[in-house]
Amino acid sequence: MASLRKCWLLSRPFSSASAALHSRGGNISSLSRGISKYSTASAIEEPVSPPVQVNYTQLLINGQFVKAASEKTFPTLDPRTGDVIAHVAEGDAEDVNRAVASARKAFDEGPWPKMAAYERQRILLRFADLIEKHNDELAALETWDNGKPFEQAAKIEVPMLARLMRYYAGWADKIHGLTVPADGPYHVQTLHEPIGVTGQIIPWNFPLLMYGWKIGPALACGNTIVLKTAEQTPLSALLASNLLHEAGLPPGVLNVISGFGPTAGAALASHMDVDKLAFTGSTSTGKIVLQLAARSNLKPVTLELGGKSPFIICEDADVDKAVELAHFALFFNQGQCCCAGSRTFVHERVYDEFVEKSKARALKRAVGDPFKVGTEQGPQIDTEQFEKILGYIRSGVENGATLEAGGGRLGNKGFYIKPTVFSNVKDDMLIAREEIFGPVQSILKYKDLDDVIHRANSTPYGLAAGVFTQNLDTANTLTRALRAGTVWVNCFDTFDAAIPFGGYKMSGHGREKGIYSLSNYLQVKAVVTPLKNPAWL
Amino acid sequence: MASQNSDDSSASILVKNPTIKFTKLFINGEFVDSISGKTFETIDPRTGEVIAKIAEGDKEDVDLAVKAARQAFDHGTWPRLPGSERGRIMMKFADLIEENAEELAALETIDGGKLFSMNKAMDIPQAASSLRYYAGAADKIHGEVLKMSRELHGYTLQEPIGVVGHIIPWNFPSIMFSLKVSPALAAGCTMVVKPAEQTPLTALFYAHLAKLAGIPNGVLNVVSGLGSTAGSAISSHMDIDAVSFTGSTEVGRKILQAAAASNLKVVSLELGGKSPLIIFDDADVDMAADLALFGILYNKGEICVASSRVYVQEGIYEELVKKLVEKAKAWVVGDPFDPKVQQGPQVDKKQFEKILSYIEHGKREGATLLTGGKPLGEKGYFIEPTIFAEVKEEMLITKDEIFGPVMALAKFKTIEEAIKRANNTRYGLAAGIVTKDLNVANTVSRSIRAGTIWINCYFAFDNDIPFGGYKMSGFGKDFGLEALHKYLQVKSVVTPLYNTPWL
Repeated sequence: MASLRKCWLLSRPFSSASAALHSRGGNISSLSRGISKYSTASAIEEPVSPPVQVNYTQLLINGQFVKAASEKTFPTLDPRTGDVIAHVAEGDAEDVNRAVASARKAFDEGPWPKMAAYERQRILLRFADLIEKHNDELAALETWDNGKPFEQAAKIEVPMLARLMRYYAGWADKIHGLTVPADGPYHVQTLHEPIGVTGQIIPWNFPLLMYGWKIGPALACGNTIVLKTAEQTPLSALLASNLLHEAGLPPGVLNVISGFGPTAGAALASHMDVDKLAFTGSTSTGKIVLQLAARSNLKPVTLELGGKSPFIICEDADVDKAVELAHFALFFNQGQCCCAGSRTFVHERVYDEFVEKSKARALKRAVGDPFKVGTEQGPQIDTEQFEKILGYIRSGVENGATLEAGGGRLGNKGFYIKPTVFSNVKDDMLIAREEIFGPVQSILKYKDLDDVIHRANSTPYGLAAGVFTQNLDTANTLTRALRAGTVWVNCFDTFDAAIPFGGYKMSGHGREKGIYSLSNYLQVKAVVTPLKNPAWL
Repeated sequence: MASQNSDDSSASILVKNPTIKFTKLFINGEFVDSISGKTFETIDPRTGEVIAKIAEGDKEDVDLAVKAARQAFDHGTWPRLPGSERGRIMMKFADLIEENAEELAALETIDGGKLFSMNKAMDIPQAASSLRYYAGAADKIHGEVLKMSRELHGYTLQEPIGVVGHIIPWNFPSIMFSLKVSPALAAGCTMVVKPAEQTPLTALFYAHLAKLAGIPNGVLNVVSGLGSTAGSAISSHMDIDAVSFTGSTEVGRKILQAAAASNLKVVSLELGGKSPLIIFDDADVDMAADLALFGILYNKGEICVASSRVYVQEGIYEELVKKLVEKAKAWVVGDPFDPKVQQGPQVDKKQFEKILSYIEHGKREGATLLTGGKPLGEKGYFIEPTIFAEVKEEMLITKDEIFGPVMALAKFKTIEEAIKRANNTRYGLAAGIVTKDLNVANTVSRSIRAGTIWINCYFAFDNDIPFGGYKMSGFGKDFGLEALHKYLQVKSVVTPLYNTPWL
């Protein structure tokens, strides 16, 4: 049963990370240097030296690590300090061309799509085992490159990557077409064929998980892939992909290009020989990706974009629990979640108490070196995000929201921001309308259900929503009324391989994970032939 | 088919007579004697000699096993684990089976007379692969959210059905064990398995491996014993929620009656067959002859889907008969451990005598004996590959399931005639078609009343292909996601909606 706890994100989303952790062996305890309760100081201390080496910095094309054609590199930075971790090969159009050609060959000539699904399954299962074996190494690389708490990476995200691979391994031999009833003497079938060469562009906030969401279903269905990682976080996908090859993936099936959006990303999105594109990132970039697909070969596009997700606390709420869950919903992963509960709507009856307790909770949040045990919040990803978030905080103050906690940077090195809480936020304020993607909670007051439904839906986004109530009818009403791809009732950020995820409105197109994401990577071919003397129709 | 490299065969010599480690009932995670203390003998069909004495489970033992399974279902972790965790344990179980493949294959051979090389290459790996298939399905059991005609929210839950009884046959002890147990485990059920009294050895070994893999006590119980006692206790047990049976039509009927007379438990039956293989004029004769012969001689003809009726279109009949006889005469019968051997002994004396009696019937009824027709050797239960030609629809050898290496061959003229004769049976388990003509293939596929149609192939089983019968060949499917649903209950949940923006 211990392994159950690995899924605490699923079952107990609002417990604090440290409380939910359990000893899993591993090197974690050796990293422990004690955690200061309020940790302004810890951000200033010497950063913990990451327990991992960077072994892979080149592009992965046709099963080989290679330099970029231009031989250019770019530095990837440690968000704790802004220091360079490594110089990484910078892929551009020519490298994307090479990668697509290798993926094309691997698709057209095999063996991957021609292999028995059972064999594809076995390779993905071996990959999952290797992920578990290299759990702490993967997690350390993730933390170093991204700044997220090591415990979160090691206890939740890397195990979830293994879970995703096992889940999709299980789908490989269960992809069913249909035999279709015909309106006449015909035999009709649908074949669910792999779609071909898929381009996948992933973001920096959950590099390994996004990698898993993308490659799992694509591989299970028998496709080949060119994946572009975010320039902020190129490292973990290279290590993981090396393990996948160790597990037996044939060369050319998965190619990984590190590089920038306007160059490598654009080349992939507009490539004439890429059959499908899947993108996770900002809404503005998503628009460009869709346009490039439209202008090139009309490749189908899956988009998982931004959000401004409401978290609605009803009048019957247990305030203490609601505070903890709303805090987690916003601050998890430094607030760098597309589905962050960034508009906290609180019923007027419990509003004052809620604000007071939310403030106290934010002040207690342990911010510091993400390699330290007990750290709840590390630095933001980079200077651009850091400045952008601080700009939003200023706008909140200028627009007259009440700053309850935080409001500025923490320390003087790296990209740490104090957990920030605004109350008295109004719907038309910038901080209530735009995706901040940082540790800034906006609390809004509401009166009745119709009012909050209307306000929650008044957004161009529709990624997720949270509902906190014990009342069944309220839960059902809100669930159906909210225009969002996920509604969490009395939980938040409850993810699993089997639960589909994706957006309404400008939060994107399509669904990833679960059975739903298989259809992103399959073509449906109808096969029709006349029947002579059929015994039945 | 009995291909085997020399390294393997030298290794196999070492395990020809493996030590028998497990001979007791497996109840609630422990190997125990039967309450009565009784045992029965399991026999090596190569020699007729006793291999081991096995604890003989009876009603009291079944009661204990059901009690353990009930407790494990009602209060245990198994149905309460996430599907992914059940899947992990099942994957481990599969790995352990592969690690012990050599020993399991040998047990299967000494207990059932099955070819060692095939057991190693096919039966044991298949047992592992079924486990993996359903392990991968354990976290993919979806109910549905329903479309209501008024302000209601409705959905279905696919719940494990509870305590399951599996009664399995002796012809494929490993495959049948895995085929029944895997989907039930994936669904979250607990179970009592009764292996056939002829072949209890591997099932008990699997019980041991299941425990090593981490399947909790009480989830999987194995009670070896006889059908009339232990089997009957399972099918009439008031606390078993479903029974899945593979075996003869005659026993299937008893099980359904016992279920009806007791607690109306859900029953699925995979029973006998008299499956037709229809070979059309445009067939590649050589390939068709191979298929026809393999279809009846594979596993000594002890397979419910055996192509025991072969219908050949008149244009190629003579040529096909010639090839069939040639090939049948070249077919190697002998010790199933010998890698050159293609056919071992029948499972026991009873089957052996039954088959020989059908052969005598065939002769008496006037069918033409083309080849075979006699026992082989002086020891054990070996029978020559036997082909009867010019069989008539009303002959016993055309109507009854012989379950041995005996083919009934007939000639036909038209597609309509072939369809009519193929369907002229109380069974409907499978059928084969050999033709290059797409229209013929499609027409015959839809016209034959049988659960599986093989076109230009035979015995093409796969984890993802549902398998089961029409008519008196039974009902319910094994294999595929369909099999999972035998072990699930559908619960509909409904609650009113207020102010819903859509319906």
